[in-house]
Amino acid sequence: MSDAKKQIVIVQLYPRDMNIYGDHGNLQVLVRRLEWYGYAPKVIHYNVGNTFPKSADIVIGGGGQDSGQEKIHADLLKIGPTLKKWAEDGTPMLMVCGLYQLFGHFFRTLNNVSLEGIGVLDVETYGTNERLIGNIVTTSDAFGEIIGYENHSGQTFLGEHVKPFATVVRGAGNNSKDGHEGAIYKNVIGTYLHGSILPKNPAVADFLIKTAVKRKYHAFSKDLIDDMFADMARTIARERPR
Amino acid sequence: MPQSFTIILGKAVRYAARLRGGGSALPGLFVERISPSFVPDTLAQLPHGVVVISGTNGKTTTTKMVVSLLESQGLKVFTNRTGSNFVRGVAAALLGEIDVKGKLDADIAVLELDEAHAVKFVEVVPPHYSLLLNVMRDQLDRFGEIDTTARMLEQIARATTHTVVLNREDGRIRAIAPKLSTEVRYFGLADNLLSQFPTDDELHDEAVSKKAAKRPDADVVLKDFNEKGAAFTINKKAFVTPLKLKGVYNIFNSAAALALVRAIEPTASVNSLLGALSTVTPAFGRGETLNVGGQPLELVLVKNPSGFRLGLESYDPDGYATMIAINDNYADGRDMSWLWDVDFTKLSDNPVYVTGIRAYDMALRLQYDEVGMEKVDTELARALADFIARHDAMPKRIYCTYTAMLTLRKELSKITRVEVVS
Repeated sequence: MSDAKKQIVIVQLYPRDMNIYGDHGNLQVLVRRLEWYGYAPKVIHYNVGNTFPKSADIVIGGGGQDSGQEKIHADLLKIGPTLKKWAEDGTPMLMVCGLYQLFGHFFRTLNNVSLEGIGVLDVETYGTNERLIGNIVTTSDAFGEIIGYENHSGQTFLGEHVKPFATVVRGAGNNSKDGHEGAIYKNVIGTYLHGSILPKNPAVADFLIKTAVKRKYHAFSKDLIDDMFADMARTIARERPR
Repeated sequence: MPQSFTIILGKAVRYAARLRGGGSALPGLFVERISPSFVPDTLAQLPHGVVVISGTNGKTTTTKMVVSLLESQGLKVFTNRTGSNFVRGVAAALLGEIDVKGKLDADIAVLELDEAHAVKFVEVVPPHYSLLLNVMRDQLDRFGEIDTTARMLEQIARATTHTVVLNREDGRIRAIAPKLSTEVRYFGLADNLLSQFPTDDELHDEAVSKKAAKRPDADVVLKDFNEKGAAFTINKKAFVTPLKLKGVYNIFNSAAALALVRAIEPTASVNSLLGALSTVTPAFGRGETLNVGGQPLELVLVKNPSGFRLGLESYDPDGYATMIAINDNYADGRDMSWLWDVDFTKLSDNPVYVTGIRAYDMALRLQYDEVGMEKVDTELARALADFIARHDAMPKRIYCTYTAMLTLRKELSKITRVEVVS
């Protein structure tokens, strides 16, 4: 590694209003793994009203209360076109729960009120009275088994321009019908998995990191990270009651 | 069915359940089924009515303080000591206290109830007084989300007939006040202490600028504290008292207890209340200290990010062997996400012993805070014995979730004196 460490800029969307459920863990995992791989992570916490950064190597966002979603909504629509352009260009992103929904076309409540999304992902979400809640195990060709915890009453349906992030093995996922979880478009991942998702699923964390590093610096670190605790935590979580 | 017959049956079931071991709510369930009016009828006899204490953190210790303070004023208090805070838990506790005619020998009932159960309870028994401590991220998997929990507390406040006592420093609790027609009183913190009690929202706010202005006047304000005691401003006058309670959150909740008891007994002298408060010890598992082989062993119950953060903030890890025991049974919450909202770097000087069903989730969390680990073992009993053996000559502290605490106490009772909580 050269003297000046290579910088990777992570933009965290709305940590003040969309931070429920340990989504902070996702940021921490990206920061630490980048450090362990020998890079210099720089984190920009973007909140409502801040100046939106000119560029980013990774963008992440979490879930929130309904009240949090309302607070950030107008601001998100403003930065939406920039996020959409970045997504088209291949910037890796991870959007969990509330921001996954708002990265879609819309969230329609039970009272038929529509909250417009930014349309990065070709998905639609409908509010329901049914809460999909509990431990969830899914599987994907790209990432293997993905394990987490879901808690949402919005049900998301996928359009033809996105692929499911994973297939549900145990749990609910996007909705109570389709048997798949999350959505992926280019390098943008939308998911309902908390837990947090990245600590227990290092393959997903490394996908975001490697994609970002390769886009910016082409080659990727040869360093290895010991994921024994993640493996053990996964083994236990897989067997826990819903 | 005649009430007295119900009571005798219920008492028999309570006795049988005791013999079988555990099951503190079972006899209550039995009574609730055969005589739904049992709880309201029994509590309606009380001259000073019912007090409900709810909120995410600190219910048990605050209830213990309130009971001591009321007893210091000569009142006979009925309370649900087991922490079995369901309607049927209350019914079960009542069965232990009443005579066969259904007469409860008490002046007032002080009940700790978790939010969801409190909502059901107040529909049946409107409380005279309620104390709402805080709303924090806890067991969201049960209630959905934090705003839902806040709405439950609002329902408790609305059902209250005399006085509602609120935490001035919790925005969601404070927001309940304008919706009430009953008297509202507050407890709070002096401005200089605000930064030590971040709410979940403020934790993620980069600009953690606590708004010191624009808060209602509080009857009891915690002004300062250290290991030995606390300074309060009560009705605008300054007081200092020694305390046996540990932990910043317990000490803050002592302000809550004082404010509540002052609402119930307005003529009580502040000095007599502080005298009673100074003798209160922590509730079981809430910073209680056991003696193991001549060394102290502290049990600190942790069940949500704010509680865990405050626990780590309150206790200095230097000179102590530290263990963390994390279970994910229903009573603990199934979701492990909350561990990622706690900063563990304060523990990084000494390796931590990690145990519980979700020991590896905890280990993974510590790995990312670069905190060293002595050992990781999911078997609680084995880990506890090994932890004690390795550190026989030093004080020990165990942070544990609820069901992990129950197992640890059971194991510890084999080797030391553990207070029996009935």
